[in-house]
Amino acid sequence: MSVDTNTVKRVAKLARIRVSDDDATRMTGELNAILGFVEQLDEVNIEGVEPLTSVVEQTMKKRADGITDGSKASDIIRNAPASEDNFFMVPKVVE
Amino acid sequence: MTDLTKLTIAEAREGLKKKDYTSLELTDAFIGNIEAANKQLNAYVAVTADKARDMAKASDAKLAKGEGGALEGIPLGIKDLFATEGVHTQACSHILDGFKPAYESTVTSNLWADGAVMLGKLNMDEFAMGSSNETSYYGPVINPWRKKGSNQDLVPGGSSGGSAAAVAARMCMGATATDTGGSIRQPAAFTGTVGIKPTYGRCSRWGVVAFASSLDQAGPIAHTVRDSAILLKSMASVDAKDTTSVDVEVPDYEAAIGKSVKGLKIGIPAEYRMDGMPGDINNLWQKGIDWLKDAGAEIVDISMPHTKYALPAYYIVAPAEASSNLARYDGVRYGLRVPGKDIAEMYENTRAEGFGEEVKRRILIGTYVLSAGYYDAYYLKAQKVRTLIKRDFDLAWQNGVDAILTPATPSAAFGVADQDLHSDPVKMYLNDIFTVTVNMAGLPGISVPAGLSEDGLPLGLQLIGKPFEESTLFQVGHVIEDAAGSFEAEKWWG
Repeated sequence: MSVDTNTVKRVAKLARIRVSDDDATRMTGELNAILGFVEQLDEVNIEGVEPLTSVVEQTMKKRADGITDGSKASDIIRNAPASEDNFFMVPKVVE
Repeated sequence: MTDLTKLTIAEAREGLKKKDYTSLELTDAFIGNIEAANKQLNAYVAVTADKARDMAKASDAKLAKGEGGALEGIPLGIKDLFATEGVHTQACSHILDGFKPAYESTVTSNLWADGAVMLGKLNMDEFAMGSSNETSYYGPVINPWRKKGSNQDLVPGGSSGGSAAAVAARMCMGATATDTGGSIRQPAAFTGTVGIKPTYGRCSRWGVVAFASSLDQAGPIAHTVRDSAILLKSMASVDAKDTTSVDVEVPDYEAAIGKSVKGLKIGIPAEYRMDGMPGDINNLWQKGIDWLKDAGAEIVDISMPHTKYALPAYYIVAPAEASSNLARYDGVRYGLRVPGKDIAEMYENTRAEGFGEEVKRRILIGTYVLSAGYYDAYYLKAQKVRTLIKRDFDLAWQNGVDAILTPATPSAAFGVADQDLHSDPVKMYLNDIFTVTVNMAGLPGISVPAGLSEDGLPLGLQLIGKPFEESTLFQVGHVIEDAAGSFEAEKWWG
Protein backbone atom coordinates (compact mmCIF):
# COMPACT_ATOMS: atom_id res chain seq x y z
CA MET A 1 0.00 0.00 0.00
CA SER A 2 1.20 3.51 -0.65
CA VAL A 3 -0.03 6.99 0.19
CA ASP A 4 -0.47 10.09 -1.97
CA THR A 5 0.11 13.67 -0.91
CA ASN A 6 -3.55 14.24 -0.09
CA THR A 7 -3.56 11.25 2.23
CA VAL A 8 -0.45 12.60 3.96
CA LYS A 9 -2.21 15.93 4.47
CA ARG A 10 -5.29 14.18 5.86
CA VAL A 11 -3.18 12.08 8.26
CA ALA A 12 -1.25 15.18 9.35
CA LYS A 13 -4.58 16.83 10.10
CA LEU A 14 -5.59 13.81 12.21
CA ALA A 15 -2.26 14.02 14.03
CA ARG A 16 -2.68 17.79 14.50
CA ILE A 17 0.59 18.67 12.81
CA ARG A 18 0.58 21.57 10.36
CA VAL A 19 2.35 20.66 7.12
CA SER A 20 3.05 22.88 4.13
CA ASP A 21 2.55 21.60 0.58
CA ASP A 22 6.31 21.14 0.26
CA ASP A 23 6.47 19.21 3.55
CA ALA A 24 3.62 16.97 2.41
CA THR A 25 5.32 16.20 -0.91
CA ARG A 26 8.62 15.33 0.75
CA MET A 27 6.93 13.28 3.48
CA THR A 28 4.94 11.31 0.92
CA GLY A 29 8.15 9.85 -0.46
CA GLU A 30 9.53 9.09 3.00
CA LEU A 31 6.34 7.48 4.25
CA ASN A 32 6.09 5.34 1.13
CA ALA A 33 9.66 4.12 1.68
CA ILE A 34 8.65 2.97 5.17
CA LEU A 35 5.32 1.48 4.05
CA GLY A 36 7.16 -0.33 1.25
CA PHE A 37 9.56 -1.76 3.81
CA VAL A 38 6.82 -3.06 6.11
CA GLU A 39 5.08 -4.72 3.16
CA GLN A 40 7.45 -7.68 3.69
CA LEU A 41 5.06 -8.79 6.40
CA ASP A 42 2.65 -9.94 3.69
CA GLU A 43 4.96 -12.95 3.19
CA VAL A 44 4.27 -14.21 6.71
CA ASN A 45 1.54 -16.77 7.30
CA ILE A 46 -0.37 -15.43 10.29
CA GLU A 47 -3.29 -17.84 9.90
CA GLY A 48 -4.53 -18.78 13.38
CA VAL A 49 -1.83 -16.80 15.19
CA GLU A 50 -2.94 -14.80 18.21
CA PRO A 51 -1.66 -11.21 18.45
CA LEU A 52 0.90 -10.64 21.17
CA THR A 53 -0.68 -8.52 23.87
CA SER A 54 1.88 -8.91 26.65
CA VAL A 55 5.53 -9.94 26.46
CA VAL A 56 5.60 -11.12 30.07
CA GLU A 57 2.78 -13.37 31.16
CA GLN A 58 1.12 -11.96 34.19
CA THR A 59 -2.32 -11.04 35.35
CA MET A 60 -3.05 -7.36 35.36
CA LYS A 61 -2.44 -5.96 38.81
CA LYS A 62 -5.41 -4.30 40.44
CA ARG A 63 -5.79 -2.08 43.43
CA ALA A 64 -8.75 -0.82 45.41
CA ASP A 65 -10.55 2.03 43.68
CA GLY A 66 -9.62 4.72 46.14
CA ILE A 67 -8.00 8.14 46.17
CA THR A 68 -4.25 7.71 46.66
CA ASP A 69 -2.92 11.02 45.44
CA GLY A 70 -4.00 14.59 44.91
CA SER A 71 -4.11 18.13 46.29
CA LYS A 72 -1.23 19.24 44.11
CA ALA A 73 -2.89 21.47 41.56
CA SER A 74 -0.05 23.97 41.66
CA ASP A 75 2.46 21.18 40.87
CA ILE A 76 0.33 20.09 37.94
CA ILE A 77 0.02 23.52 36.33
CA ARG A 78 3.61 24.47 37.20
CA ASN A 79 4.90 23.79 33.67
CA ALA A 80 1.90 25.13 31.75
CA PRO A 81 2.61 27.78 29.10
CA ALA A 82 -0.44 29.69 30.39
CA SER A 83 -2.43 29.20 33.61
CA GLU A 84 -4.62 31.14 36.00
CA ASP A 85 -5.97 30.16 39.43
CA ASN A 86 -4.73 26.58 38.96
CA PHE A 87 -6.50 26.24 35.59
CA PHE A 88 -4.82 25.65 32.22
CA MET A 89 -5.52 28.56 29.91
CA VAL A 90 -6.35 27.86 26.25
CA PRO A 91 -7.74 29.96 23.38
CA LYS A 92 -11.52 30.33 23.52
CA VAL A 93 -13.23 27.11 22.34
CA VAL A 94 -16.93 28.02 22.83
CA GLU A 95 -18.46 31.13 21.30
CA MET B 1 47.37 11.07 42.41
CA THR B 2 45.66 8.58 40.09
CA ASP B 3 43.07 9.86 37.62
CA LEU B 4 39.85 9.15 39.51
CA THR B 5 37.81 9.22 36.32
CA LYS B 6 39.62 6.10 35.08
CA LEU B 7 38.18 3.98 37.92
CA THR B 8 35.38 1.49 37.48
CA ILE B 9 32.34 1.74 39.76
CA ALA B 10 33.46 -1.43 41.54
CA GLU B 11 36.90 0.09 42.21
CA ALA B 12 35.50 3.45 43.33
CA ARG B 13 33.09 1.70 45.68
CA GLU B 14 36.07 0.14 47.47
CA GLY B 15 38.17 3.31 47.38
CA LEU B 16 35.36 5.38 48.89
CA LYS B 17 34.83 2.82 51.66
CA LYS B 18 38.54 2.81 52.45
CA LYS B 19 38.53 6.64 52.32
CA ASP B 20 41.31 6.74 49.71
CA TYR B 21 39.36 9.69 48.28
CA THR B 22 36.00 11.32 48.89
CA SER B 23 32.91 11.37 46.73
CA LEU B 24 33.38 15.13 46.41
CA GLU B 25 36.86 14.59 44.92
CA LEU B 26 35.49 11.93 42.60
CA THR B 27 32.55 14.12 41.59
CA ASP B 28 34.79 17.16 41.02
CA ALA B 29 37.06 15.09 38.78
CA PHE B 30 34.08 14.19 36.58
CA ILE B 31 32.75 17.76 36.55
CA GLY B 32 36.23 18.79 35.38
CA ASN B 33 36.10 16.28 32.55
CA ILE B 34 32.61 17.41 31.56
CA GLU B 35 33.64 21.06 31.49
CA ALA B 36 36.67 20.23 29.37
CA ALA B 37 34.97 17.89 26.91
CA ASN B 38 31.33 18.85 26.54
CA LYS B 39 31.81 21.62 23.98
CA GLN B 40 33.34 19.11 21.61
CA LEU B 41 31.35 15.97 22.42
CA ASN B 42 27.96 17.53 23.33
CA ALA B 43 27.09 14.56 25.58
CA TYR B 44 25.34 16.59 28.30
CA VAL B 45 22.40 18.93 27.70
CA ALA B 46 22.32 20.06 31.34
CA VAL B 47 25.09 19.84 33.94
CA THR B 48 23.95 19.92 37.58
CA ALA B 49 27.32 20.64 39.19
CA ASP B 50 25.96 22.26 42.38
CA LYS B 51 23.45 19.50 42.96
CA ALA B 52 26.17 16.91 42.29
CA ARG B 53 28.48 18.47 44.87
CA ASP B 54 25.66 18.62 47.44
CA MET B 55 24.81 14.97 46.84
CA ALA B 56 28.50 14.04 47.04
CA LYS B 57 28.92 15.85 50.37
CA ALA B 58 25.86 14.06 51.77
CA SER B 59 27.40 10.76 50.60
CA ASP B 60 30.73 11.62 52.21
CA ALA B 61 28.95 12.25 55.52
CA LYS B 62 27.38 8.80 55.32
CA LEU B 63 30.60 7.12 54.22
CA ALA B 64 32.48 8.77 57.11
CA LYS B 65 30.11 7.02 59.51
CA GLY B 66 30.61 3.71 57.69
CA GLU B 67 27.09 3.92 56.26
CA GLY B 68 25.73 4.28 52.75
CA GLY B 69 23.98 2.40 49.95
CA ALA B 70 25.24 0.21 47.14
CA LEU B 71 26.12 3.25 44.99
CA GLU B 72 27.07 5.66 47.74
CA GLY B 73 28.98 8.59 46.26
CA ILE B 74 29.14 7.23 42.67
CA PRO B 75 28.64 10.01 40.05
CA LEU B 76 26.26 9.08 37.22
CA GLY B 77 24.81 10.72 34.12
CA ILE B 78 21.05 10.50 33.47
CA LYS B 79 19.48 10.28 30.02
CA ASP B 80 17.20 13.26 29.37
CA LEU B 81 14.26 10.82 29.03
CA PHE B 82 14.10 10.27 32.82
CA ALA B 83 12.07 12.73 34.87
CA THR B 84 14.31 14.37 37.47
CA GLU B 85 12.61 16.68 39.93
CA GLY B 86 13.24 20.35 39.22
CA VAL B 87 15.86 19.51 36.57
CA HIS B 88 15.85 19.74 32.73
CA THR B 89 13.70 16.84 31.38
CA GLN B 90 12.87 17.28 27.71
CA ALA B 91 13.56 14.00 25.92
CA CYS B 92 15.82 16.36 23.92
CA SER B 93 12.76 17.80 22.17
CA HIS B 94 11.89 21.42 21.47
CA ILE B 95 8.27 20.67 22.36
CA LEU B 96 9.17 20.14 26.03
CA ASP B 97 10.96 23.50 26.26
CA GLY B 98 11.58 24.49 29.84
CA PHE B 99 9.93 21.39 31.32
CA LYS B 100 11.08 20.67 34.86
CA PRO B 101 8.98 17.95 36.44
CA ALA B 102 7.64 18.10 39.99
CA TYR B 103 8.39 14.40 40.39
CA GLU B 104 11.22 11.90 40.05
CA SER B 105 11.23 8.74 37.91
CA THR B 106 11.24 5.46 39.84
CA VAL B 107 14.56 4.36 38.28
CA THR B 108 16.39 7.54 39.29
CA SER B 109 14.68 7.51 42.72
CA ASN B 110 16.13 4.01 43.21
CA LEU B 111 19.59 5.24 42.24
CA TRP B 112 19.50 8.22 44.63
CA ALA B 113 18.14 5.99 47.41
CA ASP B 114 21.25 3.85 46.94
CA GLY B 115 23.48 6.92 47.25
CA ALA B 116 24.34 7.75 43.62
CA VAL B 117 25.27 11.33 42.63
CA MET B 118 23.67 13.07 39.62
CA LEU B 119 26.08 14.92 37.30
CA GLY B 120 23.47 16.07 34.80
CA LYS B 121 21.18 15.14 31.91
CA LEU B 122 22.46 13.39 28.82
CA ASN B 123 21.81 14.09 25.16
CA MET B 124 19.73 11.61 23.14
CA ASP B 125 17.74 11.31 19.95
CA GLU B 126 14.49 13.29 20.25
CA PHE B 127 11.96 11.12 22.15
CA ALA B 128 14.49 8.24 21.77
CA MET B 129 13.72 8.03 18.04
CA GLY B 130 16.96 7.51 16.16
CA SER B 131 20.10 5.42 15.83
CA SER B 132 22.71 8.18 15.59
CA ASN B 133 21.80 10.85 18.17
CA GLU B 134 21.36 13.27 15.26
CA THR B 135 17.64 13.87 15.83
CA SER B 136 18.25 15.66 19.15
CA TYR B 137 17.03 19.26 19.35
CA TYR B 138 20.38 19.96 21.03
CA GLY B 139 22.47 18.74 18.12
CA PRO B 140 24.41 15.53 17.59
CA VAL B 141 26.68 13.90 20.15
CA ILE B 142 30.18 13.22 18.85
CA ASN B 143 31.65 9.77 19.41
CA PRO B 144 34.94 9.89 21.37
CA TRP B 145 36.17 7.22 18.94
CA ARG B 146 37.67 8.08 15.56
CA LYS B 147 38.94 5.89 12.77
CA LYS B 148 42.69 5.28 12.78
CA GLY B 149 44.43 8.29 11.24
CA SER B 150 41.17 10.20 10.67
CA ASN B 151 39.67 13.25 12.32
CA GLN B 152 36.17 12.76 10.89
CA ASP B 153 33.38 13.13 13.50
CA LEU B 154 31.51 9.88 14.06
CA VAL B 155 28.12 9.30 15.68
CA PRO B 156 27.96 7.48 19.04
CA GLY B 157 24.80 5.62 17.95
CA GLY B 158 21.40 6.25 19.42
CA SER B 159 19.14 6.89 20.94
CA SER B 160 21.24 6.74 24.15
CA GLY B 161 24.18 8.38 22.36
CA GLY B 162 24.88 10.88 25.14
CA SER B 163 24.91 8.09 27.73
CA ALA B 164 27.35 5.95 25.73
CA ALA B 165 29.66 8.83 24.75
CA ALA B 166 29.73 10.22 28.31
CA VAL B 167 30.77 6.83 29.71
CA ALA B 168 33.35 6.25 26.95
CA ALA B 169 34.86 9.75 27.39
CA ARG B 170 34.99 9.44 31.22
CA MET B 171 32.37 12.14 31.77
CA CYS B 172 30.51 9.89 34.25
CA MET B 173 31.13 6.47 35.87
CA GLY B 174 27.96 5.02 34.41
CA ALA B 175 24.73 6.25 32.88
CA THR B 176 21.07 5.45 32.66
CA ALA B 177 19.74 4.70 29.19
CA THR B 178 16.62 3.27 27.57
CA ASP B 179 16.11 0.78 24.77
CA THR B 180 13.02 0.47 22.55
CA GLY B 181 14.64 -1.18 19.51
CA GLY B 182 18.36 -1.16 20.32
CA SER B 183 18.92 2.26 21.92
CA ILE B 184 21.14 0.92 24.72
CA ARG B 185 22.98 -1.86 22.90
CA GLN B 186 23.78 -0.12 19.59
CA PRO B 187 25.41 2.98 21.17
CA ALA B 188 27.26 0.73 23.66
CA ALA B 189 28.65 -1.23 20.70
CA PHE B 190 29.64 1.99 18.87
CA THR B 191 31.58 3.35 21.87
CA GLY B 192 33.28 0.29 23.38
CA THR B 193 31.03 0.25 26.45
CA VAL B 194 28.73 -2.34 28.02
CA GLY B 195 24.96 -1.84 27.77
CA ILE B 196 22.15 -4.08 28.95
CA LYS B 197 18.46 -3.90 28.13
CA PRO B 198 16.78 -5.98 30.82
CA THR B 199 13.60 -8.03 30.47
CA TYR B 200 10.49 -5.95 29.80
CA GLY B 201 9.03 -5.20 33.23
CA ARG B 202 12.35 -5.46 35.11
CA CYS B 203 12.67 -1.67 35.54
CA SER B 204 9.72 0.59 36.19
CA ARG B 205 8.77 2.86 33.28
CA TRP B 206 7.19 5.39 35.64
CA GLY B 207 8.63 8.82 35.03
CA VAL B 208 10.36 7.75 31.80
CA VAL B 209 9.01 9.81 28.88
CA ALA B 210 7.03 7.25 26.86
CA PHE B 211 7.93 6.34 23.26
CA ALA B 212 6.49 2.86 22.58
CA SER B 213 5.09 1.54 25.84
CA SER B 214 5.13 -2.18 25.00
CA LEU B 215 8.82 -2.01 24.01
CA ASP B 216 10.47 0.68 26.17
CA GLN B 217 12.78 -0.52 28.91
CA ALA B 218 15.45 1.23 30.99
CA GLY B 219 18.94 -0.12 31.60
CA PRO B 220 22.50 1.01 32.30
CA ILE B 221 25.56 1.76 30.17
CA ALA B 222 28.92 1.33 31.93
CA HIS B 223 32.58 0.44 31.38
CA THR B 224 32.47 -3.16 32.49
CA VAL B 225 30.06 -6.05 32.80
CA ARG B 226 30.42 -5.88 36.58
CA ASP B 227 29.59 -2.17 36.66
CA SER B 228 26.49 -2.72 34.55
CA ALA B 229 25.44 -5.51 36.96
CA ILE B 230 25.91 -3.15 39.93
CA LEU B 231 23.81 -0.43 38.26
CA LEU B 232 21.01 -2.72 37.11
CA LYS B 233 20.66 -4.13 40.62
CA SER B 234 19.86 -0.63 41.87
CA MET B 235 17.69 0.45 38.92
CA ALA B 236 15.39 -2.59 38.85
CA SER B 237 12.30 -2.83 41.03
CA VAL B 238 8.64 -3.69 41.03
CA ASP B 239 6.59 -0.50 41.20
CA ALA B 240 2.94 0.09 42.02
CA LYS B 241 3.05 3.06 39.62
CA ASP B 242 3.84 0.82 36.61
CA THR B 243 1.46 -2.12 36.27
CA THR B 244 3.79 -3.73 33.70
CA SER B 245 6.68 -3.85 36.18
CA VAL B 246 7.07 -7.40 37.39
CA ASP B 247 7.18 -8.69 40.93
CA VAL B 248 10.20 -10.96 40.60
CA GLU B 249 13.01 -10.64 43.14
CA VAL B 250 16.02 -8.66 41.84
CA PRO B 251 18.95 -11.07 42.25
CA ASP B 252 22.51 -10.15 43.18
CA TYR B 253 23.69 -9.86 39.57
CA GLU B 254 27.31 -9.44 40.61
CA ALA B 255 27.29 -12.97 42.03
CA ALA B 256 27.06 -14.27 38.44
CA ILE B 257 30.35 -12.66 37.43
CA GLY B 258 33.27 -15.06 37.37
CA LYS B 259 31.04 -18.14 37.37
CA SER B 260 32.11 -20.77 34.84
CA VAL B 261 30.09 -21.14 31.66
CA LYS B 262 31.06 -24.82 31.40
CA GLY B 263 28.12 -26.79 30.09
CA LEU B 264 26.00 -23.76 29.17
CA LYS B 265 24.35 -24.09 25.79
CA ILE B 266 24.90 -21.05 23.53
CA GLY B 267 22.71 -20.77 20.43
CA ILE B 268 24.03 -19.32 17.16
CA PRO B 269 21.10 -18.26 14.97
CA ALA B 270 21.71 -18.81 11.25
CA GLU B 271 19.34 -15.99 10.29
CA TYR B 272 21.60 -13.32 11.84
CA ARG B 273 24.20 -14.04 9.17
CA MET B 274 23.11 -11.33 6.74
CA ASP B 275 24.10 -10.98 3.11
CA GLY B 276 26.73 -8.32 2.62
CA MET B 277 27.67 -8.23 6.31
CA PRO B 278 31.18 -6.74 6.71
CA GLY B 279 33.97 -9.30 7.22
CA ASP B 280 34.85 -7.56 10.49
CA ILE B 281 31.49 -8.44 11.98
CA ASN B 282 31.62 -12.06 10.84
CA ASN B 283 35.13 -12.48 12.25
CA LEU B 284 34.12 -10.93 15.56
CA TRP B 285 31.16 -13.29 15.83
CA GLN B 286 33.43 -16.28 15.16
CA LYS B 287 35.89 -15.06 17.79
CA GLY B 288 33.04 -14.87 20.30
CA ILE B 289 32.01 -18.42 19.46
CA ASP B 290 35.61 -19.62 19.93
CA TRP B 291 36.02 -17.82 23.26
CA LEU B 292 32.86 -19.37 24.69
CA LYS B 293 33.80 -22.81 23.33
CA ASP B 294 37.24 -22.49 24.94
CA ALA B 295 35.54 -21.58 28.22
CA GLY B 296 33.61 -24.85 28.10
CA ALA B 297 30.25 -23.72 26.69
CA GLU B 298 28.45 -25.90 24.20
CA ILE B 299 27.80 -24.12 20.89
CA VAL B 300 24.65 -25.12 19.02
CA ASP B 301 23.29 -23.91 15.70
CA ILE B 302 19.73 -22.71 15.93
CA SER B 303 17.17 -21.32 13.51
CA MET B 304 14.95 -18.30 14.09
CA PRO B 305 12.99 -18.07 10.84
CA HIS B 306 11.05 -14.89 11.67
CA THR B 307 14.10 -12.75 12.42
CA LYS B 308 13.87 -10.70 9.22
CA TYR B 309 10.29 -9.68 10.00
CA ALA B 310 11.12 -8.13 13.37
CA LEU B 311 12.24 -4.78 11.97
CA PRO B 312 9.28 -4.24 9.63
CA ALA B 313 6.86 -5.26 12.40
CA TYR B 314 8.67 -2.87 14.75
CA TYR B 315 8.12 0.00 12.29
CA ILE B 316 4.39 -0.54 12.67
CA VAL B 317 4.17 -1.21 16.42
CA ALA B 318 6.59 1.49 17.60
CA PRO B 319 5.21 4.39 15.52
CA ALA B 320 1.62 3.35 16.34
CA GLU B 321 2.30 3.47 20.07
CA ALA B 322 4.37 6.65 19.67
CA SER B 323 1.61 8.48 17.81
CA SER B 324 -0.68 7.72 20.71
CA ASN B 325 1.83 8.56 23.47
CA LEU B 326 2.91 11.82 21.82
CA ALA B 327 -0.68 13.07 21.45
CA ARG B 328 -0.24 14.66 24.89
CA TYR B 329 2.13 17.35 23.56
CA ASP B 330 -0.37 19.97 22.54
CA GLY B 331 0.89 23.23 24.01
CA VAL B 332 -1.57 23.18 26.89
CA ARG B 333 -0.04 21.48 29.91
CA TYR B 334 3.71 21.84 29.46
CA GLY B 335 6.44 22.93 27.12
CA LEU B 336 6.18 24.91 23.95
CA ARG B 337 3.05 26.76 22.79
CA VAL B 338 2.85 28.37 19.36
CA PRO B 339 -0.29 30.52 19.06
CA GLY B 340 -2.93 30.09 16.34
CA LYS B 341 -6.24 31.67 15.44
CA ASP B 342 -8.14 29.01 17.40
CA ILE B 343 -7.30 26.05 19.61
CA ALA B 344 -6.98 23.56 16.72
CA GLU B 345 -4.52 25.82 14.93
CA MET B 346 -2.62 26.32 18.19
CA TYR B 347 -2.23 22.51 18.46
CA GLU B 348 -1.12 22.21 14.84
CA ASN B 349 1.37 25.08 15.02
CA THR B 350 2.80 23.88 18.32
CA ARG B 351 3.32 20.33 17.09
CA ALA B 352 4.70 21.48 13.72
CA GLU B 353 7.33 23.64 15.37
CA GLY B 354 7.94 21.51 18.46
CA PHE B 355 8.60 18.12 16.87
CA GLY B 356 11.61 17.35 14.70
CA GLU B 357 11.43 15.62 11.30
CA GLU B 358 11.99 12.03 12.48
CA VAL B 359 9.40 12.35 15.24
CA LYS B 360 6.84 13.79 12.80
CA ARG B 361 7.54 10.98 10.35
CA ARG B 362 6.85 8.36 13.02
CA ILE B 363 3.74 10.11 14.30
CA LEU B 364 2.37 10.21 10.75
CA ILE B 365 3.17 6.54 10.11
CA GLY B 366 1.60 5.63 13.45
CA THR B 367 -1.49 7.73 12.80
CA TYR B 368 -1.86 6.20 9.35
CA VAL B 369 -1.55 2.56 10.45
CA LEU B 370 -4.05 3.12 13.26
CA SER B 371 -6.51 5.11 11.13
CA ALA B 372 -9.94 3.73 10.30
CA GLY B 373 -9.80 0.64 8.09
CA TYR B 374 -6.07 -0.02 8.43
CA TYR B 375 -5.82 -1.38 11.97
CA ASP B 376 -6.14 -5.06 10.96
CA ALA B 377 -3.84 -4.75 7.95
CA TYR B 378 -1.02 -3.15 9.92
CA TYR B 379 -1.07 -3.09 13.71
CA LEU B 380 -2.94 -6.35 14.29
CA LYS B 381 -0.81 -8.15 11.72
CA ALA B 382 2.39 -6.79 13.25
CA GLN B 383 1.31 -7.97 16.70
CA LYS B 384 0.68 -11.44 15.25
CA VAL B 385 4.13 -11.45 13.67
CA ARG B 386 5.45 -10.49 17.09
CA THR B 387 3.94 -13.68 18.52
CA LEU B 388 5.87 -15.66 15.88
CA ILE B 389 9.12 -13.87 16.71
CA LYS B 390 8.64 -14.67 20.40
CA ARG B 391 7.85 -18.29 19.47
CA ASP B 392 11.23 -18.60 17.68
CA PHE B 393 12.91 -17.69 20.97
CA ASP B 394 10.64 -19.90 23.08
CA LEU B 395 11.58 -22.86 20.89
CA ALA B 396 15.28 -22.20 21.46
CA TRP B 397 14.77 -22.10 25.23
CA GLN B 398 12.72 -25.31 25.08
CA ASN B 399 15.63 -26.97 23.29
CA GLY B 400 17.87 -26.18 26.24
CA VAL B 401 19.59 -23.07 24.91
CA ASP B 402 20.74 -20.84 27.81
CA ALA B 403 21.72 -17.75 25.81
CA ILE B 404 22.02 -16.66 22.17
CA LEU B 405 25.14 -15.01 20.73
CA THR B 406 24.89 -12.55 17.82
CA PRO B 407 26.68 -9.42 16.60
CA ALA B 408 25.28 -6.27 18.25
CA THR B 409 25.26 -4.11 15.10
CA PRO B 410 25.73 -4.68 11.36
CA SER B 411 28.61 -2.14 11.24
CA ALA B 412 30.87 0.07 13.33
CA ALA B 413 30.07 3.73 14.02
CA PHE B 414 29.45 5.87 10.93
CA GLY B 415 30.03 9.53 10.14
CA VAL B 416 27.94 12.46 11.37
CA ALA B 417 25.56 13.65 8.59
CA ASP B 418 26.23 10.55 6.48
CA GLN B 419 24.62 11.28 3.10
CA ASP B 420 23.77 7.70 2.25
CA LEU B 421 22.07 7.00 5.58
CA HIS B 422 20.06 10.19 5.42
CA SER B 423 18.88 9.60 1.86
CA ASP B 424 16.34 6.98 2.97
CA PRO B 425 14.87 6.60 6.49
CA VAL B 426 14.84 2.80 6.17
CA LYS B 427 18.65 2.67 5.79
CA MET B 428 19.07 4.24 9.23
CA TYR B 429 16.49 1.85 10.68
CA LEU B 430 18.61 -1.16 9.57
CA ASN B 431 21.08 -0.34 12.36
CA ASP B 432 18.70 -2.10 14.75
CA ILE B 433 18.42 -5.29 12.71
CA PHE B 434 20.10 -7.49 15.38
CA THR B 435 18.74 -5.75 18.46
CA VAL B 436 15.07 -5.17 17.66
CA THR B 437 14.02 -8.85 17.89
CA VAL B 438 14.83 -8.71 21.61
CA ASN B 439 12.43 -5.82 22.25
CA MET B 440 9.70 -7.46 20.18
CA ALA B 441 9.95 -10.56 22.40
CA GLY B 442 10.51 -8.61 25.65
CA LEU B 443 13.78 -10.44 26.40
CA PRO B 444 17.00 -9.23 28.05
CA GLY B 445 19.98 -8.44 25.81
CA ILE B 446 23.49 -7.21 26.57
CA SER B 447 26.12 -5.70 24.28
CA VAL B 448 29.72 -6.33 25.29
CA PRO B 449 32.72 -4.76 23.52
CA ALA B 450 34.56 -7.58 21.78
CA GLY B 451 37.09 -6.09 19.39
CA LEU B 452 37.99 -3.37 16.92
CA SER B 453 37.16 -3.02 13.25
CA GLU B 454 39.91 -2.78 10.62
CA ASP B 455 39.56 1.00 10.98
CA GLY B 456 40.14 0.77 14.72
CA LEU B 457 36.54 1.33 15.84
CA PRO B 458 34.90 -0.69 18.63
CA LEU B 459 32.49 -3.53 17.83
CA GLY B 460 30.15 -5.35 20.18
CA LEU B 461 28.70 -8.80 20.57
CA GLN B 462 25.15 -9.27 21.80
CA LEU B 463 23.92 -11.97 24.17
CA ILE B 464 20.20 -12.62 24.42
CA GLY B 465 18.73 -14.39 27.45
CA LYS B 466 15.55 -15.95 28.78
CA PRO B 467 13.09 -13.67 30.58
CA PHE B 468 14.55 -12.48 33.92
CA GLU B 469 17.80 -14.38 33.31
CA GLU B 470 19.96 -11.26 33.22
CA SER B 471 22.39 -13.09 35.52
CA THR B 472 23.22 -15.52 32.71
CA LEU B 473 24.02 -12.56 30.44
CA PHE B 474 26.40 -11.08 33.01
CA GLN B 475 27.99 -14.51 33.51
CA VAL B 476 28.56 -15.16 29.80
CA GLY B 477 29.23 -11.48 29.00
CA HIS B 478 32.07 -11.46 31.51
CA VAL B 479 33.74 -14.41 29.74
CA ILE B 480 33.69 -12.41 26.49
CA GLU B 481 34.97 -9.31 28.28
CA ASP B 482 37.79 -11.32 29.85
CA ALA B 483 38.85 -12.75 26.51
CA ALA B 484 38.46 -9.51 24.51
CA GLY B 485 39.97 -7.07 26.99
CA SER B 486 38.81 -3.47 27.36
CA PHE B 487 38.83 -0.66 24.83
CA GLU B 488 39.55 3.00 25.43
CA ALA B 489 39.27 5.77 22.86
CA GLU B 490 42.47 7.67 22.24
CA LYS B 491 41.93 11.11 23.72
CA TRP B 492 41.70 13.97 21.19
CA TRP B 493 39.12 16.10 23.00
CA GLY B 494 39.13 18.35 26.09
